[in-house]
Order: sequence, then C-alpha cells, then structure tokens
Amino acid sequence: MNDMTQINHHLTDELLMGYAAGSLPEAFNLVVATHISLCDECRAQLGAYEAVGGAMLEEAGLNAGTAELAVELDAVLAAIDAGPTEPPAAKPTPGVFPSALQDYVGGDLEAVKWRGVGMGVKQAILKTSKSASVRLLRIPAGAAMPDHGHHGTELTLVLQGAFKDENDRFARGDIEIATEADHHTPIADVGPDCICLAATDAPLKFRGLLPKLAQRFARI
Amino acid sequence: MLRIHTSQDREAFAELFNHFGPRVKAFLMKSGSSMTMAEECTQDVMVTLWRKAHMFDPARASVSTWIFTIARNRRIDLLRKERRPEPDELTWGPEAEPEQTDVIALQQESAQLTKALADLPEKQRILIQQAYYGDLTHSEIAEQTGLPLGTIKSRIRLALERLRHAMK
Repeated sequence: MNDMTQINHHLTDELLMGYAAGSLPEAFNLVVATHISLCDECRAQLGAYEAVGGAMLEEAGLNAGTAELAVELDAVLAAIDAGPTEPPAAKPTPGVFPSALQDYVGGDLEAVKWRGVGMGVKQAILKTSKSASVRLLRIPAGAAMPDHGHHGTELTLVLQGAFKDENDRFARGDIEIATEADHHTPIADVGPDCICLAATDAPLKFRGLLPKLAQRFARI
Repeated sequence: MLRIHTSQDREAFAELFNHFGPRVKAFLMKSGSSMTMAEECTQDVMVTLWRKAHMFDPARASVSTWIFTIARNRRIDLLRKERRPEPDELTWGPEAEPEQTDVIALQQESAQLTKALADLPEKQRILIQQAYYGDLTHSEIAEQTGLPLGTIKSRIRLALERLRHAMK
C-alpha cells in the first residue's frame, strides 16, 4: 500500500540502522515497519542499511572443515525434503493500517479495542516484549494530550488526521521522535480524530498529580 | 540463486551453502549465540533460503544482503522470542523479470560498499560492526565500551558520511 501523501518527518539514521541490524525493541520495530510501509524514501534508506549488514556477513567468515560442512549440508537438504515449500505471502488488506500493524491489532481501525484515558483521549495498548511499549492513541480534534516529558525515546507516527505541537505539524506517515530534552504538548488538528501509533522505551512522566494517578491505571 | 529457484538445482545450493553457511554461523556466534544455537539457526536460515528462493529479487538486494535479513529475523525469533514486524511488500502478484542492467549495477554497488567499509578508519568500523554483530543499540555500546554516547553517535555519523561519499 502506498499513499501519495507528502511525508515531511522521517526516521533517523539511528532508527534505520537499528531496525536493519535488528537491535531495536519490538515496539520500535513495529513503528519503524509501519512508517516504512508508508514512506518510500525511508524504505530506500533501509535497503542501504541492510546492504551494510550483507557486507558484514560477507566478511564474517570462519574456517570450517569441508567434512563438517558436508554433514551440515546433508542435514539441511534432509530438512528441505521433509518440509513443504513456502506458500506465497498473503496479499495485505488495504486499510488505514499497513499490514504489520494490522497483525498486531487483529484487523484494521474498526478492530481496535479503545479505552478512555480522560479528556476525550482513547488508547489501545498493543502486546509486545517488555523492553518498550507501543499503543494506539485516538485524540479528538482540538484536544490536547496530557502535558508530559520523556525519559528515553518516544516515537509517534500519525496514521489518520494530524497533530501540532509548538514546532510543527504532523500528518499521516509523519513520525515525531522525541527524546529526554523535549517537553511538548501536542494538540490534535481540526479534521477527523487524530490516530497515532506511539512507542516509548520508558514510562511517560506527566506533570501534576491527576495524570500521574491516571497513568498508573492506564498503564501508560 | 536463480538456478535454485527455476530448476531446484541442488549443486547450486551446495555452492551457496559452502560459502554462506560458515559465514551465517560466524555472524550468529559473534552476535552472542552459543555454538549449538548458531548451528540450529544456520540450518533454519539455509532451509528458508531454499524455500523462499522465488522471492529473491537480484535487482533489489545482493544475495549476502538477502541472507543477512533472513539470519537477522531468525535470530530475533530464536534468541529474543519476539515477532519481527516487516513493512508491506512493494509489489504483489507476478514479478517482472529484473532488468539485467539493474542487477549488474547492484552487484557493482555491493562491491563498492564492501570496499568502503573495509576502508573506514578502525575506530569507526568497529562501532559499525558492534551495531550489526553485537545486536547492540548505541546506548548499549556506550555501556559496554565506556565511551560517551555522544562520541559513539558522532563516530557512527562520520562512518555513514564516508560510506555515502564512497557510494556517490
């Protein structure tokens, strides 16, 4: 699926390299894969980082004995004979979500099980490994996300609608990468509800007592 | 690769196995796999290679790059027990035959990249290797090496600039 929308905010070298090398937490991998599904520019960049991995593999050579190799080859050929050939991958179902995300949700937008987290904002936490977390956020037009700062890194990818913060506007396909230094208050722009995929490798810290308590219940 | 796909050529597969089998195993062991795990994983990678041979596009990636991505995914699967979300494929349905000129251009670029990597200053090359072999994020490299995160990021940035320059 390729959207013709103009994407202005892209992945960093560090994220692309981490995704290519396979060192990012699962939650970040999901955001990166979803962005690349929408962004040809980052897809091309990813190809370059994977080529670096290919070159690394090429020079990783270890001296193996020919006898040992022959035994291993026989084992592989036996496994090939035992198993079926790979069926062609299923064609992705077009929707608001690229198929990587649909796999985690169990369907497109209408399959999301939203839960209110206050001030009209809804979220759905997606199940990934614990080193980082990822959730879908649904923010009604004009509503603000609770004011929060960051530990670690937070990735926010827009899938529908748009949001604005102090510096910029982010629409479908755009990714915002916030680090500890940033302290921002995104507001959903006019139009349809803003739907984002947001991943963080540390719990968000909210200012003020009330959101903090809500945060515990909402498992943000 | 093409011979494996079109005529299920086992001799061609044996050649590929002899070249890449030891490399995949070495790569996995440098990434922290035990010998047993690396052997098991290498076997899986080579079986996958045979089964997915029809999906290989020589105009989009070199064989070593393609095998690298299979090995990487298998490592995530086996060592971390995690799923690996992948971007949507660009094209669906019967693929057009790749243009021979694209294939040759890609082979030349791959050779150029290998040389450019080898030509990197030692300090930069080691960091790139750690990022790929070691399954390490930049912060984890900082913890392991004791180097400041800023130094690591700037060295990697310099390395990437050199690679980009060499690939122009």
